[in-house]
Amino acid sequence: MAAATVTEMAVLPPTIEEVQDAAGPRRRRGKGQRAASRTLETVGPVLLLLVVATVVMQAVVDQGNIRPEVLPSPSRVIRSGWAAREAIWQNTVPTLQVTAIGFAVSLVVGWLLAIIVDFSRFARRALTPILVASQTVPIIAVAPLMIIWFGFGLLPKVIVVALVTFFPVTIGLIEGFDSTPKEASSLLASMGAGKWRTFRYVRLPSAMPSFFTSLRIGITYAVTGAIFAEYVGAKYGLGIYMSMQKNSFRTDLVLAAVLVTSLISILLFLSTYLLQRLVIPWYGQEKRSQT
Amino acid sequence: MTVGVEVHATGTIPVASAAQPPRFELWHISKGFETPGGFRPVLDGIDLKATSGSFISIIGPSGCGKSTLFNVMAGLEPADAGRVYVDGQEAGGKREHFGYMPQKDLLFPWRTILDNTTIGLEVQGKPRKEARVAAAKLFEPFGLAGFEHARPFELSGGMRQRAALLRTVVQEREILLLDEPFGALDSLTRLEMQTWLAEVWVKYRWTVVMVTHDVREAVYLSDQVVVLSARPTKVRLVKDITLPRPREEALMATPEFAAIERELLEVLHEESRHALQTQRVTV
Ligand SMILES: Nc1ncnc2c1ncn2[C@@H]1O[C@H](COP(=O)(O)OP(=O)(O)OP(=O)(O)O)[C@@H](O)[C@H]1O
Ligand SMILES: [Mg+2]
Repeated sequence: MAAATVTEMAVLPPTIEEVQDAAGPRRRRGKGQRAASRTLETVGPVLLLLVVATVVMQAVVDQGNIRPEVLPSPSRVIRSGWAAREAIWQNTVPTLQVTAIGFAVSLVVGWLLAIIVDFSRFARRALTPILVASQTVPIIAVAPLMIIWFGFGLLPKVIVVALVTFFPVTIGLIEGFDSTPKEASSLLASMGAGKWRTFRYVRLPSAMPSFFTSLRIGITYAVTGAIFAEYVGAKYGLGIYMSMQKNSFRTDLVLAAVLVTSLISILLFLSTYLLQRLVIPWYGQEKRSQT
Repeated sequence: MTVGVEVHATGTIPVASAAQPPRFELWHISKGFETPGGFRPVLDGIDLKATSGSFISIIGPSGCGKSTLFNVMAGLEPADAGRVYVDGQEAGGKREHFGYMPQKDLLFPWRTILDNTTIGLEVQGKPRKEARVAAAKLFEPFGLAGFEHARPFELSGGMRQRAALLRTVVQEREILLLDEPFGALDSLTRLEMQTWLAEVWVKYRWTVVMVTHDVREAVYLSDQVVVLSARPTKVRLVKDITLPRPREEALMATPEFAAIERELLEVLHEESRHALQTQRVTV
């Protein structure tokens, strides 16, 4: 029973607010205060879980006399990570660069492909199978080839990132455009809109929610894609850093770098919500009004 | 082509005559669809005409092709045969004469109500500012004043329908096509909307063609009710409604009203039964 309540709380934060409102207007709380308590209610459970997991891990490592090369304790990971912060930072910057450039390329390619597919039936038939086929290519096998072909510079890594992320972006957009109700296109046509105006006035805005979902999926792939590309071969970057630390049995530093990677991914993931709020504020409002 | 127009024109534009020329006229409209089971004829020679400023309702069995007829009139789908005339001019496939209001309100959540109502004008190339001025003038008579900057999801069903009608009307097309405008509303809101539409229509005198499933609504609002047959669809009955205007809600309780309603219902039920039977045969 208790477990079910916790899940509900995590999934449906507005319900809590409703419950509070139902409890009576004892004191009218400020908007900021309310938002803050709502945020706490949303992230509270996950923070609690993380703290518990960390404490358990610390205890297991301390009590079990496990060697740090096998499994370092959380406190050791933090300590070593902090001590090596300069090296880690120096390797974080290039990873961020690869992620950003690679994902930007993937966005441009994704938008172009999706728009072409949306406007041309022929392109849809020609490109869709190739798009799907491109995802069956095992990146593990191709990434080393990229280095043979393009060297240790930025290019092969950007290509790897773009390869793993353009697919969700493109498909998200294509399906988003297609989610436009047929009646909406008819309405626009009856008003005298051609293909381009129909696209601009209904298909494009209709696709935005789906685009932001695919953006979230893409951005998380982008970070891991960059790390993977560096792991295979690079001069700088979190990927090659992890690889080197692993080879010198510094498991604590590998995990410290993993921690940094996760933080970056989470921040980027959350930033998409911020962007979504700015670009399509109506979407959140509409959804909230329906609950 | 030209011969048809001439022959037809001489018959329908008696300029000297006292009778009003039709605002639009459908002449032998036929349309079918290619389906996996073979060709399915839907419209089978529909004739229809309306004078300017008249209100016509179309009723017919479900699936008989009412929406298809609207699509042909609005120029969204070509007819297989037949002609559409507007003010005596051939208008088949043209989109500038008919203002089309689909059954779903299709108000877009990314636009405010005001901007939803201007979308037609914007598409037609009118500067946004002018479009807004034109639409804003209608918010008062449409009972939407104060909701210009609201979002569609903040409005009740009746208001959404009025906003959708405003979006259609503001384009100033010659003829309005309303496809079951109140079909999705609860009965109380529906009644409210019917009375309201009767009022604004008297004021603006648009030429309206409305599809409805509600015979009462058809009689209450219209100058003429057209009953379509089961598929392949022909015009089964054209009934002029000469009840006096302006019409009050109380009119629905009069024996005259009830008699007309009963007559139309009988024909409609007959056609609906027929539609069901033929469906059973073909399935
Ligand atoms: N694009 C299409 N392809 C094939 N068949 C179609 C198509 N559009 C309509 N039809 C068929 O034409 C017939 C008439 O459809 P339509 O939607 O015009 O009927 P309707 O009278 O508006 O029905 P309703 O009362 O349900 O609104 C139906 O049998 C439908 O299956
Ligand atoms: Mg229909």
